[in-house]
Order: sequence, then C-alpha cells, then structure tokens
Amino acid sequence: MGFGTAALSPVFLASQDASTDFMIQSYVDYSFFGHTVSICTTHVTTIIVMAVILIFALIARRSVLKGDPDAPSGFQNVVELLIEFLDGVVTNNMGTHSRKYANYILTLMIFIFLSNISGLFGLRPPTADYAVTIGLAVITFILIQYAAIKTSKLGAFTDLFKPLPFLFPINLIGELATPLSLSLRLFGNMLAGTIMLGLYYGLLPWFAKLGIPVALHGYFDLFSGAIQTYVFSMLTMVFITQKLDADA
Amino acid sequence: MSNITNEGLILACSAVGAGLAMIAGIGPGVGQGYAAGQGAAAVGRNPGAKGDITSTMLLGQAVAETTGLYGLVIALILLYANPLLGKLN
Repeated sequence: MGFGTAALSPVFLASQDASTDFMIQSYVDYSFFGHTVSICTTHVTTIIVMAVILIFALIARRSVLKGDPDAPSGFQNVVELLIEFLDGVVTNNMGTHSRKYANYILTLMIFIFLSNISGLFGLRPPTADYAVTIGLAVITFILIQYAAIKTSKLGAFTDLFKPLPFLFPINLIGELATPLSLSLRLFGNMLAGTIMLGLYYGLLPWFAKLGIPVALHGYFDLFSGAIQTYVFSMLTMVFITQKLDADA
Repeated sequence: MSNITNEGLILACSAVGAGLAMIAGIGPGVGQGYAAGQGAAAVGRNPGAKGDITSTMLLGQAVAETTGLYGLVIALILLYANPLLGKLN
C-alpha cells in the first residue's frame, strides 16, 4: 500500500497487529468508482465531533436568544467569554481583515481542538488521519490564493517570477509547500500521540495502566492538541494576512 | 546468509532506514531548545511581556518541529505502509 493511494482512501496504516490498535479500522467497505473505500474510525469520530459542536451551538443559540443581551447569565456567559476570546485572537493577528475571516478561523479552531482531544474519550482523533489534515490545509491554501489574487490581481502570478525569472520553480514549490507542511505538522503530532498511547496501552501489563496514562493523555492529547490547534489557525491567519497586506 | 528472502531483506533494511530517518529529531531538538532558552532570557529581561513571548516562542517551536515530523512520517511509512514491498513481484 503506497502513500499515494493512502491520501485517497482513509485506510492508511491498516491494522496489522491486534494488540496495538492505534491504526485506522474500517467498519464498512464499499466500492466507489472502482476504488474500495470504507466507513472507518475517522468518519465515526468526525461525526461525533460534529454532533457535539452542533448540540453546543443549538444550546448556545437558544440561551443567547432567550437571555438578556445587557446582563448575560449562566451558559450565555460561557459562550460570550469563549467567542470574545477567540475573536480577540483573530483580531490581534489579522487587524482590519479579521471580520471576513473570523468565521473560518473560529470553525477551524473549534473543529481541530475537539478532534485533537477526542483521544481523551477513547476515540481515535480524526486529525491523526492524513486525509482530514490535507483537506483542512487545502481549504486554507485556497483561501490564501484567493486573498493573493484579490489583493494584487495578476501580481499574484507575476510575483512567482520575482526577483529573477528563473526562480519560478523554486517560488512555485515554496507556495505548494505551505499546505503540505501545515497538514503534515498536525498529522505528525497527533499520529505520534496516538501511536505512543496505543503502544503504551497495548504492550504493558495491567498495573502500568493505573494512573500513569493521565500524564501521557495530558501531554499528547490536551497540551499537544491545544498547541497544534493554535499553530494551525495562527499560521493560516499569518499567511492570509501576508497576502492581503502585500503591495500590488 | 544465503537463506535471506528478498522480502526479509527489504523489511530489515526498512527497519534500519526508519531508525536512520529518526536522526532528523536532532535538528528540531536543538532548535526548540535554543528557542526556549532565548524565550527564558527574554522573559528575564522583560517579565511584563511574558504572554507575547510565550506565544511567539511556541509558534516558532512548532514551525521548527516540522522537519522532525517529516522524518517521523517517513519512518512510519517505512514501518507500516512500506512502498518498497510493492516493487517485489
């Protein structure tokens, strides 16, 4: 199984050893235009994460609509605190452009963070599947190029030939490396955590699993997950702002 | 030595290659340590800016970590999704 097909099919790193089950496992296989694709752990966890976000959003909506806008109370306070904090991060980094992109960045942050910490609940994080992270990175890449074309029109293409025309291939690779490094960074971090915990749970006797995994979960799921969420959304903001502020 | 199969040779060499790929971990280790040291020095000089310094340091460290993660991904491909075994017929 090569890496090229792995990006198309979610069955990357299929299970080979039952004792260490950190791999993606498929539940239902079906044929899709000649390829065998499957409903696997990534889909299940993604659907759970989406359901959590949806329920949270519905409860927040209800509480905000019913509550007093001048004197928030209870759950409304929590939601306003969260949104104001995340909004502040976006405004700090994007300045005057923040309004247009805040929706995407907030969605990205909440989805990646909940995906990363889903390992705490015994699920396999969707972000430890390269198909998910390359998908997110491609969305970011399209937004970056959209910002570049919108700001400097044709300059977005002629910039590739600066400062010297024969540097075009290097500049092109530099542009294309952005989504690759973004996605591999998130994927590598979360996969490393998943594998470490899978090996720990799979290979050690029962008394080693009392208490000690708390530290491992705290580092690999919570700390690493929060840092990678921050880094992914921060780099997205930095790249987009860079293109928006570029002089035509 | 004569009873090594082609497949066994590829698997053994892939395992060695995976170990060698993880040498890439040296670079990010040195880089992240240097960033953390500079961050500590900056906080010592200007304790008021601790929040900004910490977030900048973490961002830089995460970017510096990328090359190490490339090595990790290559090691994992060699171990679990070996493309070289497919070349055997």
